[in-house]
Formats: sequence, structure tokens, C-alpha cells
Amino acid sequence: MSDHQTELAPIAKDNKSRFSKKIKMQVSPTDKMISAVIYVLFSLFAFICVYPFYSIIINTISANDLSAKGEIAFWPRGIHFQNYVDVFKIPGLWNAFVISLGRTVIGTLLTVGASAFLGFMFAQEDMWGKKFWYRFTIITMFFNAGIIPWYLTMRSLHLTNSFLAYVLPSIVAPFFIILVKTFVESTPKELQQAASIDGAGILTIFYKVILPISKPILATVAIFSAVNQWNSFQDTLLLVTDTKLYSLQFILYNYINQASSLSTMVNLQNAGSTAMASLSTKQTTTSIRMTVTIIVVAPILLVYPIFQRFFVKGIIIGAVKG
Amino acid sequence: MRSHSMRSNSILKFLYISPFMVLLAVFAYYPLYGWVYAFFDYMPPIPLSKAPFVGFKWFHSLVENQVKVDQLLQVIKNTFGISGLSILFSWLPMIFAIFLTEIKAVRFRKFIQTVTTLPNFISWVLVYSLAFSMFSSEGVVNGFLNQIGLIDSPVLFLQNSEHVWITMWIWITWKSLGWSAILYIAAIMGIDESLYEAAYVDGATRMQVIRHVVLPSMLPTYFVLLMLQIASFLNNGLEQYFVFQNAFNKDTIQVLDLYVYNLAMGGGSYSVSVAISMLKSLISVALLFSVNGLSKLLRGEGIV
Repeated sequence: MSDHQTELAPIAKDNKSRFSKKIKMQVSPTDKMISAVIYVLFSLFAFICVYPFYSIIINTISANDLSAKGEIAFWPRGIHFQNYVDVFKIPGLWNAFVISLGRTVIGTLLTVGASAFLGFMFAQEDMWGKKFWYRFTIITMFFNAGIIPWYLTMRSLHLTNSFLAYVLPSIVAPFFIILVKTFVESTPKELQQAASIDGAGILTIFYKVILPISKPILATVAIFSAVNQWNSFQDTLLLVTDTKLYSLQFILYNYINQASSLSTMVNLQNAGSTAMASLSTKQTTTSIRMTVTIIVVAPILLVYPIFQRFFVKGIIIGAVKG
Repeated sequence: MRSHSMRSNSILKFLYISPFMVLLAVFAYYPLYGWVYAFFDYMPPIPLSKAPFVGFKWFHSLVENQVKVDQLLQVIKNTFGISGLSILFSWLPMIFAIFLTEIKAVRFRKFIQTVTTLPNFISWVLVYSLAFSMFSSEGVVNGFLNQIGLIDSPVLFLQNSEHVWITMWIWITWKSLGWSAILYIAAIMGIDESLYEAAYVDGATRMQVIRHVVLPSMLPTYFVLLMLQIASFLNNGLEQYFVFQNAFNKDTIQVLDLYVYNLAMGGGSYSVSVAISMLKSLISVALLFSVNGLSKLLRGEGIV
């Protein structure tokens, strides 16, 4: 009995983490086997999750003739960076990059601002019809008219072929509002009361008191909404025929389907400048597709490791109640 | 006097949020008006006001002849097949989370979690592009199989029409498994430590602890998520199926969302497709409310 107590003692001190080496359990052979299986399965799944990205990256910097035959599987061969130079010469790609970046920045700013304000307002006790308007907002998460009625609406509002179509509909985002509301409700009421007694109006309280302390949750909302904007494809598909408004995702989808004509075009363009395009840097359908893929996925791959821990925490904060 | 100012204060607060409510009304509620198209013989570019009212004609037309019935049935079958697979394996994220938290090596565990949540953040277009690079006839997998001499001619993974439900489910799982596990990991973190202590004092083995302590604590979370999943049974979304569709797998990949899109944008049959869209939304709402009611009955609280 006393034995158990000494073993269990550390738990009491550090009961926050299940992972601290709290307990010396007897490890049976079955446990060891289970552990081994767990390690193998998780490693395997992790490999499956990363390998496609890795594979495409090494293919884009490998000799294009080898890559076209599917010979680059585990390490790059004949490294060069000509693909990235060539691909940006494709008409429309640079423009699509600007459109995607623009909608990501503007859309994210608007969504974060609106989510912060609405989350804060819905955490107020007294607002005319608060309960109703909150439901009015949340229900839209579960219910929508369908894509064709939505398309017809956008058309009747003259929002087809308009940059506004990218940012306006996503401004009020119920899920983000829930996240912020939950967060604001978990902060001490005294903060707002004190400011109110000092004569601060509701907007001042929002701006001076709530915004500064909500940074963690707002960062979470920002990263989610940025990813949504960057990844969005359906709205371009449905609403946009003007090539100037094409987003990177849409361009990528088109390139997957018509990369062969593009590679011919790029090669023709290059034929004048370089006397003899060598086989290893000559564009193939594979090289074009893969290079554009990397350009589209790169921002996410770059940003993701920095913010990963952050938004996992954010979603957990929101999930406690949501 | 005081109550008067409080009242005007509360109306002022509403005024601040009213522009956003207008946005919602326009982008989430006004589209419901689009349902009227289902009752007219609408042929673009003729405006709706000049289109004749036809009542339930389009709803009837869905079951008018055997060919249409068969087509719709196939679409419904696909929807049920893919959603059904997802629900059948809805416990996977929970198991994933349980065993992930069993890993004692912190670095390894963090690495696995980081890497497996990554696919959740890329779009379906990118997933398709990865799939294409891996599995097309000139893709990495075929190249590899060819090199080691297993095959002579490329395997046409993406043009296969036979296992579409399963491959679609695999892509969904690849994309979302690690991410879906996060909620369960949060639930595991919240388990009362004294439960573990008691189990260890009683001499429970690791599997017994999982079975009698961890699993029961996760079931509430599991049921909430399961019910939400059932409520959105008909909503597979458009993007995934749109990017993966091709001439070969069209019959087995068309879920309701894609069917509606193809009918309207591909075939110009707006009215029929709005009719299906409308039925789908109504059934979804009915599903949501019944699941919510069921949840209230079983657990004493709703999910919405």
C-alpha cells in the first residue's frame, strides 16, 4: 500500500499533464507489443501525410525528364530551379497570385473584425432581442438554401465577376463568433464594468478593453479565416468567368486539366531565349502541374508550423463550450 | 427615467450589430427566395418574371420515368454510401486520439500530431493535385511500381469507377483524421486524474484503463459529433467530388451536391436542380431537428 502511495505522489503535484512520467506501471509483454504497434501505425500514417508534399517538392527541383517518367520517388536528382522561373511566366498566374493574396488579406481583416465585434456584442447581457439575433446567426451554420439558389442570389445582386463576392459573404461567420463569444464570456466581468463606470461607451470598451485581451482567440480566427480564403475554390467556380479574377486554386485546377498545352507554350516562349533547352529543364506537363501545386501550397506549409500549436489551443478553448 | 435610458441603450447595441444582421439576411436568408425557381419553367436567359408558373411539375418530373428514377436513386445511393462509410468509421478519430495520448515520448507525439493535422489545411483542389501527382498514369506510384518491375502498364487509379466510395472515404480520412482527433484529445486532457489513480491502485492494465476510464469519458463527445454528422448526412459538399469526377467515375461519384451542380451548371436545368436542392435542405433540417430531439431524449441536452 505504501508502495503505491509513493508511486502515485507525483500525480498530485502535477495533475495537469497526463504525460509526465507520473506512474511506474508494471509493463507487461502485451503492453510492450501494443506500444510497438502504436508506434509503427502512427509513423506509417505520418509518412502517408507528409510524403505527397515531400515527393512533389523534390520532383519540382529534379530533372524534368526523370520526373515526367515518375522516376523521382525518394530523393531529388539533377537539381535545378528553372521550373519556378518558367511557371511565373505563364500569363495569368501572377495575377491569380495577387487575387488570392488580396482576398486573403482583405477577407481575413473583415472577418476577424466582424467576428470580434459580434462575439463581444453577443456576450453583452442587454441587447434588444439578443437571444433571437444570436440564433438568427447560428442557425445559418446548419441550414442553407443550397448552392444553386445561392448562385442565383449572387447573380441577382450583381456579385458575379466581382471581387466583392470573395469577401462579402464570409464576413459574418457563425463559428468564429461562437469562439469569440465563449472567450469573452470567460474573461472577468469586472474589466468591462470598471471601464463602463469610468464612462467608457460600448465601442470604447470593445476597442480598449476587449480587443487587447482577445489576441489569442483573434489570432486563431485570423489563421482559420486566412486558410479558408486562400483555399476557396467554389466561389470562383460558380461566380467568376472573368479571367482577371481567377484565384490560384482555380488556376491550379485548370492547369491540372490542361497542363500539356501550357508546357508547349512555355517551351515555345523559352525556345528563343535559350538556344537549346536541355531535357532536364524543359517543361513537361508533370513539371508544370507540380510546380504550380507547390506555389499554391507553399504559403500554408510555411505558416502552418508556426501557428499549429496556437490554433490547436484556440479550438480547444472554443470547444469547451461550443 | 433610468429604465428608459437602459432600454435605449439596449436598442443602441442592436443598432451596432444591425449592419451585420443585414449581411446575414442577404447572404444566408435571401437565397431561400431562390426556391421559387423550382416552381417555374425557368430557362435562362429569360427572366423569371416571364417564366410560366408550373407548380410541382419539376418535383413530379423527378419520378416521372424509370431512367430519371434510376439516376436519382444512384445519386442517393452514392450519397448514402460515402456518408455511410464516414459514419461507420466515425470512431476512428477517437481511437486515434486515445492511442496518440498513450505515446509517452513527447517529441514523437507532438511530431505525429503536427504532421497528421497538416492535410486538413489544404484545399480539395490541392488534395486532387497531390492525388494526381501520386496516382495518375505518369505519377510517382506508377513510376515506382514500374521501376521495381511489378507492373508493365500503368494502373489507372483515378479513372477507376469501382471503388470510388472507398477511395473518396480514404481521402476524407487522410485529410481530416488528425484534425478531428483534436477534440478528443481535449476531452482526454479533461479527464479527472483521480479516476486514473483509482484504476492503477486496483491494478488495471493499460488496456483496461483505456476501456474503463478513457473510453467512457469520451462517449459524450463522440455522441455529440456523431449526431452532428448524421444531421449533415446529405451534405457531402461539392468540391471534393467535383475535382475528383471524370468521365469514368461519373456514375459512382455523383453525390447530391455534385448532381445539383452538374444539372444546373452543366445542363442548364436550373428549376429541377433547385427543386432537388430544396428537398435536400428541407430533409437536412428535419434530420437536424430529429437528431437534436433524440439527443435531448437520451442525454438531456440538445446539440444545437
